[in-house]
Amino acid sequence: MAEEKKRPLRKEFKSGKVLKKLMADHFYELDEAAKSGSKKIAWCTSVGPAELLRGMGFLVYYPENHGAMLGATRMATELIPYANAIGYSPDICSYLTSDIGSFLQKRTPLTKAYNIESVPKPDVLVFNTNQCRDVQDWFSWYSRELNVPVIGIHTHRDIGPIREYQIKDIAKQIEDLIPALEKVSGEKFDMDRFKEAVALSRRTSELWRACLEAAAAVPSPWTFFDATIHMGPAVVARGTQEGVDYYELLLAELKERIDSGVGAVDGEKFRLYWEGMPIWGKLRALSEQFASLKACVVASTYCNSWIFDQFDPEEPFESMAVAYTELFIVRDEPFKEQYIRDCHDLFRFDGIIFHDAKTCPNNSNNRYGMPERLSRNLGIPVLTINGDLNDLRCYSEEQAKTNIEAFIEQLEES
Amino acid sequence: MARGFFVGVDVGASRTKVVVLDAGRSLVGYAVRKSGTDFAKTADICLRESMAMAGISPGQIDNCISTGYGRKNVPFSSGTKTEISCHAKGCYHYFPMAMTIVDIGGQDNKIIKLDEQGRRLNFKMNRKCAAGTGAFLEEMALRLDVPLEDMDGLAQSSENLVELGSYCTVFSGTEVLEKIRQGKKVPDIVKGVFLSVIKRVLEMDALADTVVMTGGVVAHNPYLVEMLKEIIDNEILVPEYPQLTGAVGAALFAMENGDRKQFVGMGA
Ligand code: SF4
Repeated sequence: MAEEKKRPLRKEFKSGKVLKKLMADHFYELDEAAKSGSKKIAWCTSVGPAELLRGMGFLVYYPENHGAMLGATRMATELIPYANAIGYSPDICSYLTSDIGSFLQKRTPLTKAYNIESVPKPDVLVFNTNQCRDVQDWFSWYSRELNVPVIGIHTHRDIGPIREYQIKDIAKQIEDLIPALEKVSGEKFDMDRFKEAVALSRRTSELWRACLEAAAAVPSPWTFFDATIHMGPAVVARGTQEGVDYYELLLAELKERIDSGVGAVDGEKFRLYWEGMPIWGKLRALSEQFASLKACVVASTYCNSWIFDQFDPEEPFESMAVAYTELFIVRDEPFKEQYIRDCHDLFRFDGIIFHDAKTCPNNSNNRYGMPERLSRNLGIPVLTINGDLNDLRCYSEEQAKTNIEAFIEQLEES
Repeated sequence: MARGFFVGVDVGASRTKVVVLDAGRSLVGYAVRKSGTDFAKTADICLRESMAMAGISPGQIDNCISTGYGRKNVPFSSGTKTEISCHAKGCYHYFPMAMTIVDIGGQDNKIIKLDEQGRRLNFKMNRKCAAGTGAFLEEMALRLDVPLEDMDGLAQSSENLVELGSYCTVFSGTEVLEKIRQGKKVPDIVKGVFLSVIKRVLEMDALADTVVMTGGVVAHNPYLVEMLKEIIDNEILVPEYPQLTGAVGAALFAMENGDRKQFVGMGA
């Protein structure tokens, strides 16, 4: 074909600058604390009990966030083999394998981004298996390697309707972490501080939800690809005032776009839902491809996973237990299906893209017939693309591109 | 000189196919060549050959659409469509009915479902690897040391099928060597190789309605169609030139938008 189309530009957000600073400060604060010992550092899984840790004065570092950075910088694909070589299979979580590979090779994206030499050394490792078992194995490796205690919450799995015994159990497990954490921090647990962290986390979550739901507007003011970048604070700064401030700013900007009819994708023709993990190393390429096809990926299960508006400072343990149990990833198939149907009501998308991530079965919901069922029930087409969150050896870009293009052609024809 | 001719170019990973349709949608010229590494050049040569066959000059072409893996590398096409859409269009042209299309190409397989109006219901491509595609057959022919074009005849003459277990092309190669060592007959192994291709297809999707098979592998190995027919216990339709369906679909797309005389011409 003679003419090559110009690359559509991603419309940047003004709040992007604030986002950059917030993320940088997060890492500088951790780096400083790790070096000076001024504050204790807890490593926490992305949907782990961060509020408790904050409430107990820990600085919180999220290895999954580091994993995503390894993916986005495409360092992951080079580093994964080093973890494979010490016995961690290429078939398991590629956050885990790339992160361990990064540790073994003493290479981190933090160096280029922030001039930080290494990830902050933990004083304690805290997981919640609500998302998967891999996080426990991941943290246990560091526990052995660095001789640091590892503690955690073991969740019920594939939950349908939530039962009281499950909430009681999880709330108790969260509470039971306190003595071990007190031992590490050397401070007594302070209920008021904990409640404050829960309240701030809730406020962050509410604002994050409002930002995500702004994509219900036609045209949508932002895309899933934008949201994967702007979700940083929802993960690393929930339970802080900075997180709250940030999403107030972003929400105002989204509203501004809606009011003036500015869409993220010029001439938005199709609206899509993304189910599954991002393909971190290919966010830009995918975002550009969808934009050039006038398709806006308006919503995703992934970005929605950091909405915890169940938090209630008056019942901090129970409400945390509810929030971390109601989570999509812990639920059974009927719940998940209904969840996506509800999203369809809100966001009115024309099709769903399932990402089958080779190394994360937990976030690959195409494997038990859900795409077919949803397509039938919602009367919209679905597409599954094969790839991975971090391991680009599992991704055929050409194949994925053709599939996406053909999917949009199908939408055009119908 | 009358215009009203439409060209479809299908640059596949393995072969490039070009067709010329007249205004009555009849196939009047075509060419097939190895895609090689210079897609633009191969497409150009195929276009010249198919024009010669049709007895027309470039000035008589109204429009051209390209498809396939190298669709963006065809300088003389006015636009592109994916091979999925083109196969669907091409098959529906020959068989206007609800159908499941099974296309076995050089490096990928596709299953496309159409309703009675020819609208696409869904489609699937094989996953990243070449299991069950033309590339798999080529590799097995190499291991068995038989020319690719003899495979069909050999499979047909088999009396005792030898099944292969793995779906990995490389492991299947090892398995083939193992079977040879065990003294199994080549025709029986070849039939097993065909069955492996069929199994990969059956894993991809349920085959509903009328099944239409296309692609180079089908063009050169009609016995594979016979085998699948027996397994699914259903009629299978195959267009006259199964390898050209994608290119025909592209030419039909060219015709739909062809009244604007969009043909951009050829290089020297
Ligand atoms: S949910 Fe998936 S990506 Fe996240 S840590 Fe677990 S296995 Fe890794």
